[in-house]
Amino acid sequence: MAKIVVEVMLKPEILDPQGNAVASALARLGFSVAKSVRQGKRFEIEVEGEPTASQIAQVEKAAEVLLSNPVIETYVVRVEK
Amino acid sequence: MSLDTVAAAQSSPDTKQPFAELGLKPDEYARIKEILGRRPTSSELAMYSVMWSEHCSYKSSKVHLKQFSEKAPKSAALLVGIGENAGVVDVGQGYAVTFKIESHNHPSFIEPYQGAATGIGGIVRDILTMGARPIAVMDPLRFGPADAPDTRRVLPGIVAGIGGYGNCLGLPNIGGEVVFDQTYAGNPLVNALCVGVMKHSDIKLAKAAGAGNLVVLFGAKTGGDGIGGVSVLASETFDSSRSTKRPSVQVGDPFVEKLLIECSLEIFAEDLVVGIQDLGGAGLSCATSELASGGSGGMKVALDKVPLRDPSLSPEEILMSESQERMCAIVEPHKLPRFLEICKKWDVTVTAIGEVTDGNRLEITWNGELIVNVPPRTVAHEGPVYNRPMAQPAYIDKVNSQKVKLSIPHTATEIKEAVLKLAAAPNLADKSWVTSQYDRYVQGNTIQSHPEDSGMVRIDETTHLGVAISTDANANWSYLNPYQGAKLALAEAARNIATAGARPLAVTNCLNFGSPEDPGVMWQFAETVRGLADGCLAMGLPVTGGNVSFYNQTGTVAILPTPVIGVLGVIQDVRTRTPMSFDTAGLDLFLLGQTYEDLSGSEWAFLHGERTGQAPTADLAREMRLIELLLAGHAAKIFHAAHDLSQGGLSAGLTEMVLRYSVGAIIALENVGVALLSESPGRVVVAIDPKKVSDLRELATTHSIKVEKIGTTGGDSLTINDCVIDLDELRHAHTSTFPRLFG
Amino acid sequence: MRVGVITFPGTLDDRDAARAVNRSGAQAVLLWHGDTDLKKVDAVILPGGFSYGDYLRAGAISRFSPVMNSVIEAAGEGMPVLGICNGFQVLCESHLLPGALTRNSDLHFLCRDQEIEITNNMTPWTTTFSLKERIVIPLKNGEGSFQCDDKTLAQLEDEGRVVARYVGENPNGSRNLIAGISNERGNVVGLMPHPEHAIDPLTGPTAQGLGFFTSILNSMVK
Repeated sequence: MAKIVVEVMLKPEILDPQGNAVASALARLGFSVAKSVRQGKRFEIEVEGEPTASQIAQVEKAAEVLLSNPVIETYVVRVEK
Repeated sequence: MSLDTVAAAQSSPDTKQPFAELGLKPDEYARIKEILGRRPTSSELAMYSVMWSEHCSYKSSKVHLKQFSEKAPKSAALLVGIGENAGVVDVGQGYAVTFKIESHNHPSFIEPYQGAATGIGGIVRDILTMGARPIAVMDPLRFGPADAPDTRRVLPGIVAGIGGYGNCLGLPNIGGEVVFDQTYAGNPLVNALCVGVMKHSDIKLAKAAGAGNLVVLFGAKTGGDGIGGVSVLASETFDSSRSTKRPSVQVGDPFVEKLLIECSLEIFAEDLVVGIQDLGGAGLSCATSELASGGSGGMKVALDKVPLRDPSLSPEEILMSESQERMCAIVEPHKLPRFLEICKKWDVTVTAIGEVTDGNRLEITWNGELIVNVPPRTVAHEGPVYNRPMAQPAYIDKVNSQKVKLSIPHTATEIKEAVLKLAAAPNLADKSWVTSQYDRYVQGNTIQSHPEDSGMVRIDETTHLGVAISTDANANWSYLNPYQGAKLALAEAARNIATAGARPLAVTNCLNFGSPEDPGVMWQFAETVRGLADGCLAMGLPVTGGNVSFYNQTGTVAILPTPVIGVLGVIQDVRTRTPMSFDTAGLDLFLLGQTYEDLSGSEWAFLHGERTGQAPTADLAREMRLIELLLAGHAAKIFHAAHDLSQGGLSAGLTEMVLRYSVGAIIALENVGVALLSESPGRVVVAIDPKKVSDLRELATTHSIKVEKIGTTGGDSLTINDCVIDLDELRHAHTSTFPRLFG
Repeated sequence: MRVGVITFPGTLDDRDAARAVNRSGAQAVLLWHGDTDLKKVDAVILPGGFSYGDYLRAGAISRFSPVMNSVIEAAGEGMPVLGICNGFQVLCESHLLPGALTRNSDLHFLCRDQEIEITNNMTPWTTTFSLKERIVIPLKNGEGSFQCDDKTLAQLEDEGRVVARYVGENPNGSRNLIAGISNERGNVVGLMPHPEHAIDPLTGPTAQGLGFFTSILNSMVK
C-alpha cells in the first residue's frame, strides 16, 4: 500500500539543539563522517490504493496548516511505495 | 495455529506446553493441572505464568510480609490496610490520604526513559484506583558509580522519564533521593512514590460485587507493550550474555493518563463505580482475576471486545499485555450510560467487556469460545507460597568483627579538605541538575520540596492542613546489619517528618533485594522485614502497603539490601512548618542527640572504600522522644530551623544549612573529626533565637535528649574551630559535581 | 469582573490560574475547549500545561479547538488575552502572536525561580508594574525558547512589544532573552514564566506574580 510522506524540518536559520546534540554524540562515538546534523519529523499517511492528485493536494494543505509550523519549519511531500 | 480452547485442553492432555519459557517451575505447572483437573489452555497458562511470577504473587516474600499485619500497631488512623492497591490513612477534617512506593527497576535498566516514565504512570494509577486525586510524587533513585559510562546512559534517561511523565500529568515532584554505589551498576533502582488525597466517603476498593454488574475497560487501547515483561524481566536475574529484552518494555503516554485521571475523578464524584482496579503488571490477567477474587468470585469476559491498537494480537498476548494507562471498573448497568458520557467528554476509549456472575469461576471467551475457566482466587491470591531457605551469609560475622580503618581529619587544613570532599561527593552534592527537571509548583500546594528534609503539600486551602512525606534508606547499614538497618531507616524517615513539625502517621516501603533463591539474600530480606515490623510496632506506625523487588543482581552478585522506607505525616497548619535552614545571623545552633564514633557504613567510610564494621544499634524509644521534642518545640514556636543529620553526618548537615540561604555559621566542636564525620542516628541540628534557649533546654530535659550548643549563625563562611571555609568555595564544591558528571 | 480560564485536554495550571484570578479580586470563569461560549467574560487566560501532551508541537492541536475561534474573534475586538507558557504556545500557533516557542536549547525541562524584568507596563496585564520592575516567578517548561525571524524581532523591539525579558543567564535560548511579548494592539500577551505560581510566598518564590492579575482588574475597572 502506498503512502504519502511528509517530512518536516526546522528552517535552516532556526537553532536545532537536538540536531546539535546528535552531532556531538556521533563525534563522541567515533563517527567522524558528519559535518552537521539537523533533526526533523516524518509523517506517514496511509491511503487506500494509489494516491490521487487530490489526496496529495489535501496532504499538502494539512502539512501547511497542521503538520508544520510555517514560522519555523519547512516541509516536503512525496509519495512512497 | 488454532485457538486453544478449554474444550481442546480437555481433549488433548498430553500437549507439550512452554511453561518453563514463561517462567513457571515444573511443580507450579503440575499444581495448575491439579487445580483445573486438566492441562491449562495457552491463555490460562499465560495468566498463571504472569500472576504467579515473583513480581505479582510475592511468593518468596509473603511468609515474611505477614509480620506487618501480625505486628501491626493499633492505629485509629488506618482506614485501608495492606492488601489493597494502596494504604489509606485518616488525616483529619474528613480527609483521607493514600500513598505507596513501587519499583520499576529492571525496565529502567533496559530502557531508562520509558522504564522510569511507566514506573510513575503505574504508581499514579494505583493511587487513582483508591478514589484519590494524585497530588504529588517522589523518586528515590539509585545508580552505579557516578562516573561510570553506563550511569551516564541510565541516569539522564531515568530523570527525563520521571520528569517527562510526571510533569505532563501535573504532579509536583516534592522530593526523592539520588544515591550512587558500585552495587547498583547494572541494577539501577527506580522507586516511585505517589500520594493522593480524598474525602473518606470517596474511598474505592478493588472488588467486583453484584452479579449482573458490568466489567468496563477504559483508557488506552491494548497493544503489544511489555508482553511477558513482568514475569520475564522481574523474576529472573540478568544474564548479560543473553539477547536484549527490548520488546518487552512498556511505552507510556502521559497525556492519555492525564485524561484518565480527570475522567476517573469525575466518574468517582458521581459515584458510578462499585469497584475499580488499574491494569499494571500482568495487565488484564491481573485486573480480571483480582476484581473477581475481591468480589463475589465470578466473572465472565469476552476478550474479543477489548479495543486493540494492534489487531494481530492473540488472546494470550492480550491477556499478558502491559499496555499502559488502562483501568477496569465494575459498573451497575443503569449507571453505564453516564459512565460512557464522561469518557466521551474526555475522549477516553471505553468498552464493556464482561459482567460479574453468581458463580466462582473467571470465564473468558474469544469470539464465543471458552478459552479461560479458572477459579480466580487461585490466580490472584493463592499463588505459590515459598518458605525459601535462608542462612546468615558468611560476610556478616567477618565484617562485623572488623573495625573500619579510616583517617580522621584533625588540622584546619584537613578539616577543610574533608568538608569540601564530602560536599562534592556525588551522594551528597547539590542535586539541582536533577530536581530542576521536575515541576514542583503545579497544583499550587507545594509547601516544601527538595532539598528540605521532607516534601510537604497543603491539602486544604482554608484550614491549611498539610501532609509531609519522606523516603529514606541506608544500604550500607542494611548490609552490615539488615535488622538494625531497617529500624534505622524507619527512624530516619520519621525524624525527617518531625523536623518540619509534622507528626508521623504511617509507613510504606519498597524492598529492593537480590535473588530470593540465594539463602544469604533471603536472610537479609527476612531480617529486614523483621526489623521494619518490629520498628513499626515500637513506633506506633502501621505499614499501609508497599512493594518488593527481587532479583536485583547481575549473575551471582546481589545488590546491597536496600529497603526504602516512606513515612507520611500530618501538620495542622502548613504555614507554621519549620524550614531546614536559617536566613538570619545571630541565631544559636544546637545539636540534639548523642554523637558516638559511628563511622562504619558512613559516607566517609564509603569514600575511602571501607565497608566493614558494625551498624549503629537503633534506639527507637530515644528516637520517639526526639520526635516528641521536635513536635513540642514546633508547637511552642521555638525553632527557626531544624535539619536532620544522616549521610555525611554533621559536615553534610552544616554544609546544606549554610548554603541554603547563604548565611554562614561559626561552629566549635570537640573531637572535631569524629564530630563532623560520624553518622550516629537520632540527631538534628536546630537554629533558635538565643532567647528561646532555656525553653529548648527544658524540653530536652523533659524528653531526655542530649542538647549541646555547637555555634551561631552569621557571616559568609562556614567556620569550624580554626578552619574557615568561604561560602563561595563551599558552594562551588557542592554545586559543580552534577553538571560536571552529567553535562 | 469575570476572567475566563480555558481548559484544554492536558491543561495543568488552570486551577492555579483561577486561584490567582480569584485572589486578585476578580471572578474566575472556567471555560471548556470544546465550547465556543466565552460566557461573557471580560478577559481570557490560556493557562500552562501540556495540552494534547505537547504532541506534534506544543499548542499545535489546541489552537484548532472550538473555543479558540471565539478567542481569536474576541481578541480582534480588543478583549485582553493572556497566554501563560503552554497558553503562549497556543497563541503563537494561532498566529495571535508572532514567532514560535521551541525546545529549550539545552534540551532539558527546566523548573527554576526566574527573575524577569517588565519591559512594557502599558498592556492590560502589566499596568500595576513599574517599567523595568524586576520580579521573581517560576519558569517551568521544556519548550520555552522564543524564536522568530530577524524582521519580526526588530519589529517587536522597535514597537516596544517585548513585555518581559529574562534577567541574567538565558535559561532556554530565547532570542534577545524574550520572556513575553504582546500583539500590535497590546491586548494579547504571551508570557513563558508562571505568575500564577507566585501569588503567595507559602507556595511560591514570591507573591510578585499577582501583579499580572491585579493589572487586568484595574484595566477593566477604568
